[in-house]
Amino acid sequence: MSIIVQELTKIYGDQKAVDAISFEIKENEIVGFLGPNGAGKSTTMKIATTYITPSSGSVIINGLNVEENPLEVRKSIGYLPEHNPLYLDMYVHEYLHFSGRFYGLNKNELKSRTAEVIEMCQLSVEQNKQIGQLSKGYRQRVGLAQALLHDPSVLILDEPTTGLDPNQIVEVRELIKSVSKGKTVLFSTHIMQEVQAVCDRAIVINKGQIVADGSIIELQKNNTQQIIEVEFASKVPDSLLQSFNGVTNVKNIGGNCFQLTVSNSEDVRPEFMHFVTEHDLNLIGISQVQRSMEDVFATLTRSENV
Amino acid sequence: MFNIYLKEINSFLSSLIAYIVIAVFLVAMGLLVWVFPETNVIDYGYADMDTFFSMGPFVLMFLIPAITMKMLAEETNTGTIEILIVKPVTKLQVILGKYFAALTLVIVAIIPTLVYYYSLYQLSSPVGNIDTAGIAGSYVGLLLLSSVFCALGILASSLTKNQVVAFILATFLSFILFTGLNSLAGINVWSAISLPLSKLSLEYHYHAIGKGLLDSRDIIYFISVSAVLLYFSKLTLAHKK
Repeated sequence: MSIIVQELTKIYGDQKAVDAISFEIKENEIVGFLGPNGAGKSTTMKIATTYITPSSGSVIINGLNVEENPLEVRKSIGYLPEHNPLYLDMYVHEYLHFSGRFYGLNKNELKSRTAEVIEMCQLSVEQNKQIGQLSKGYRQRVGLAQALLHDPSVLILDEPTTGLDPNQIVEVRELIKSVSKGKTVLFSTHIMQEVQAVCDRAIVINKGQIVADGSIIELQKNNTQQIIEVEFASKVPDSLLQSFNGVTNVKNIGGNCFQLTVSNSEDVRPEFMHFVTEHDLNLIGISQVQRSMEDVFATLTRSENV
Repeated sequence: MFNIYLKEINSFLSSLIAYIVIAVFLVAMGLLVWVFPETNVIDYGYADMDTFFSMGPFVLMFLIPAITMKMLAEETNTGTIEILIVKPVTKLQVILGKYFAALTLVIVAIIPTLVYYYSLYQLSSPVGNIDTAGIAGSYVGLLLLSSVFCALGILASSLTKNQVVAFILATFLSFILFTGLNSLAGINVWSAISLPLSKLSLEYHYHAIGKGLLDSRDIIYFISVSAVLLYFSKLTLAHKK
């Protein structure tokens, strides 16, 4: 296990930012840490990077407790904080060298590693500029390059794509995907597609508690509601469709097309075919609608609020 | 620690603040020691550097906070402190790196004033008739005093995100610690404790060393005050999160 979080709690004043959460991340796994703003994502990550200390519970990274061995833990993690703070008056090379020297890299190693991460993060074009002159997308790359410089086994990225334009988001996502080979990555976001695009597994957190943890497919499946779209050649009354076993909602989406929401965890299409023959309907199309992560996320986090 | 020291020195070299601080210090001291009629040595007629050593602390009281004010306040404000802390360094190393960088800059500003000593040495009659031991002691005193001002500046900078607040706080605390305590001791109400109170002030020990007598008690006083202030800075840095 690369990252083990046990009963982690952080209390600010009388507010519980993180409330007894536990999860484990295997080596080389890319995990999306998903949740609305203020859910406790950053707090958890800050504890994992040793920046803040937990009120109770523990985080163990590569077998080392973050509270007992902070200096050793820091050597094995690369961290990109939220909002990506940078020294704007430093040059890209100067900044990367500065970061690298903390890890005891000597001059030659510094040079070669800097060249490597600049290549990896596609910074070559802008490598001789001052960080303050770079666009936001490039600054994000500098932040990522800084996190990768000492080749850490664990990468912790706090909302790496916030505030970027759509093209930059895609670029940075691709970048994360390509640099994270052979590394354990915990990466937080409140954008669903990002998790779908980058991660193997998602941990959904809301109000300091984990509300879901599993692979993306599992999460989507693990929902008792499913939607099928059906099309008929001739008119079919709503009331007839309502009588299908388990239907909670029938929506006419134009012409003779309907969207049926069915509470059933199994695929209902075979059953629906029986239903069609029974009632002698003229079915010309049927398909299952993939529930997007948005829906999953919305149901998971909203039910908590009620 | 050395990495942070180096980074601060680099940022001095690439920003105007360091040059301005050095230039202002040297121009101010030059005017006070050689030009202004009330204070200059030439009209005074005695080959000593009293003007320099009595006015110096008051100029440094403003200039050192100007150097240190951004050191931690800016990092906290922009969030870069988070990156720094998460590197494999201790908080004390971060503080010490910055502290020694500030002290280095002050030393660089003071070194050119050795020319004053050489000039007075040549001007005195007969040549060389000058209290070398006293001046050497005063230089040591000025350096020790600067080290305390630097530590105070770092502490003030660690307490706030706002550089202006850090500057004002550092200047005020330097003033209180330098002459404030001594002046308070002069109030008649607590005559019983007035000696211990004035012994707490920087001025008392600065003057003691300025006589050319390097007493270990004075040196330990300066070093321990700096150490305590730096330790407080480390505590505020650790507590802030």
